[in-house]
Amino acid sequence: MKIIVAIKQVPVRDSSLHIDAGGHWIDEDDLSYEINEPDAYALEEALQLKEKHGGEVIAVLAGPERGSQTIREALAKGADRAIHIECDDLASLDTLGIANRLAAAIKDEKADLILTGLQSDDLGLGQTGVVLAELLGIPHATIIMQVEAGQGSIKVKRELEDGWFQHLEMPLPALLTIQSGISKLRYATLMGIKKAKTKEVRRVSAGELPQAAAATVTLERVYLPEKKKETQLIDGSPNEAAAKLVEKLKFEVRVI
Amino acid sequence: MSGVLVVMEHRDGVFNRMSWEALAAGQQIAAASGQPLSAVIVGSDLETLSGELASKKLDKGYRIEHALLKNYTADGYVLALEQLIKKLDPSFVVFPHTYQVRDFAPRLATRFGQVLLADLVGLRRDDDSFVFVRQLFQGKLNADYRHAGAGPCFLSVQAGAFRAESLDAGSASVETFAPQLEAGVIRNKPEAPFREAAQTVDLGSAPIIVSVGRGIKEQDNLPMIEELAQALGGEIAASRPICDNGWLPMERQVGSSGQTVSPKLYLAIGISGAIQHLVGMKGSKTVVAINKDENAPIFEVADYGIVGDLFDVVPALTEAVKKAKGA
Repeated sequence: MKIIVAIKQVPVRDSSLHIDAGGHWIDEDDLSYEINEPDAYALEEALQLKEKHGGEVIAVLAGPERGSQTIREALAKGADRAIHIECDDLASLDTLGIANRLAAAIKDEKADLILTGLQSDDLGLGQTGVVLAELLGIPHATIIMQVEAGQGSIKVKRELEDGWFQHLEMPLPALLTIQSGISKLRYATLMGIKKAKTKEVRRVSAGELPQAAAATVTLERVYLPEKKKETQLIDGSPNEAAAKLVEKLKFEVRVI
Repeated sequence: MSGVLVVMEHRDGVFNRMSWEALAAGQQIAAASGQPLSAVIVGSDLETLSGELASKKLDKGYRIEHALLKNYTADGYVLALEQLIKKLDPSFVVFPHTYQVRDFAPRLATRFGQVLLADLVGLRRDDDSFVFVRQLFQGKLNADYRHAGAGPCFLSVQAGAFRAESLDAGSASVETFAPQLEAGVIRNKPEAPFREAAQTVDLGSAPIIVSVGRGIKEQDNLPMIEELAQALGGEIAASRPICDNGWLPMERQVGSSGQTVSPKLYLAIGISGAIQHLVGMKGSKTVVAINKDENAPIFEVADYGIVGDLFDVVPALTEAVKKAKGA
């Protein structure tokens, strides 16, 4: 089974974010980056499928040079090779522009299965995978908890709302967006890290790919959300704050 | 190109509540831009639902009926809605931001060379067009977006962002639209939805909930939270990552994929407040947040907050509660 995993590099969770001077995006200078968490689960699922059924796992990432760190980590965890679409202009593209690049870079691979995380931790649009499936003309399913591969088809467990689930079967090739937390993520082994250095990374410059159409949606301004509720912040040492909060719970909220 | 089309969602013959919120958003766009408002339901046997739709203030209702649309599939919904949208040529297509919409709407928008502006928390009229507001970085930042494409503008609205109570009643005619569909075009074969093991904890009726998130770091630290819950006489609950790790059973998960709760007191400890969690608890009467990050989105919905290290604050709070209760 040939599996492509589309991964994205995002600022480390819990980074302290500062809006840039123009108010168009965040200041990227002091940030550290890591693999988007849902994409890490997509990679894990791909590696487990390969262990069960054999085949090849190819990681694909679109982004600037710093993305090579995330690619190396994916290779160290067990991906066989990678494709790096090198571009500095992600911010000017919309989902369609990015999905077009991914589609152009991977279509000749003729993968059986394409996996990606259900959404990114930064933009949170949750649609690159679905749009990519449409561009490649293959079926898809989203928010997947489990994958069972059959002959020329797969059976998946899809998460619905409020604790409901559903199984569905679909022909291959297909695209799935993977839910976070469906399995335990592996760590790269020392051997894996060593081997990663010798694995192939195909670099594609955005210029080699078909020119993206103008973005149909544009991000105009980034700002801190206004508070919807008046929050009473309780200060002091832990003991003082705890005592004050208990007073509130007793006399205002009346739960003690 | 003109008009606002709202795509309604339903299950087992009942409209999803978020559909009414999407309709409220549609009414707002229609009123601000002076365009007619219509709404569409997709499925089979839609008689009762279309009666309900007709009682709202709409210029027109549509029911897309086909035996192949009885059960949801992305292929079926995309094809059917694509045909109606081509016929109506609306300026805006509005959806509730449900899991189902997330599954098919991006694909539908792609057919029109457009991108879905997903999970909107607000919108406003500005210079003859609209500014659409959505959240970035799990709710830490807001962003203003504009639609620049030539085709219809596809939007989905976040749960609770628009008020269904503000919907006006009216009387609309509902037209049936028969799409061209053949069984061969539907590639996914869905089975009936199911729930896993029966729920033994009903967080929905608990008056006090002590809920814990990633900030707890390790399973070994959980007893601290249990002790506080016990002192307060509350149920323990958690955000998704805690249940994914198996530290607490799934049935104690609060959020869009878990339970929806509205206790008298919701104490959120080490929970940053991603939207998937907030939708499950923002109906709580009083929210208290304890978090080391003063910019965590949980503070946006909190009535009381302590910015600090939970490992210092929680034991102190447990002691203070015990003392107040005279135990």
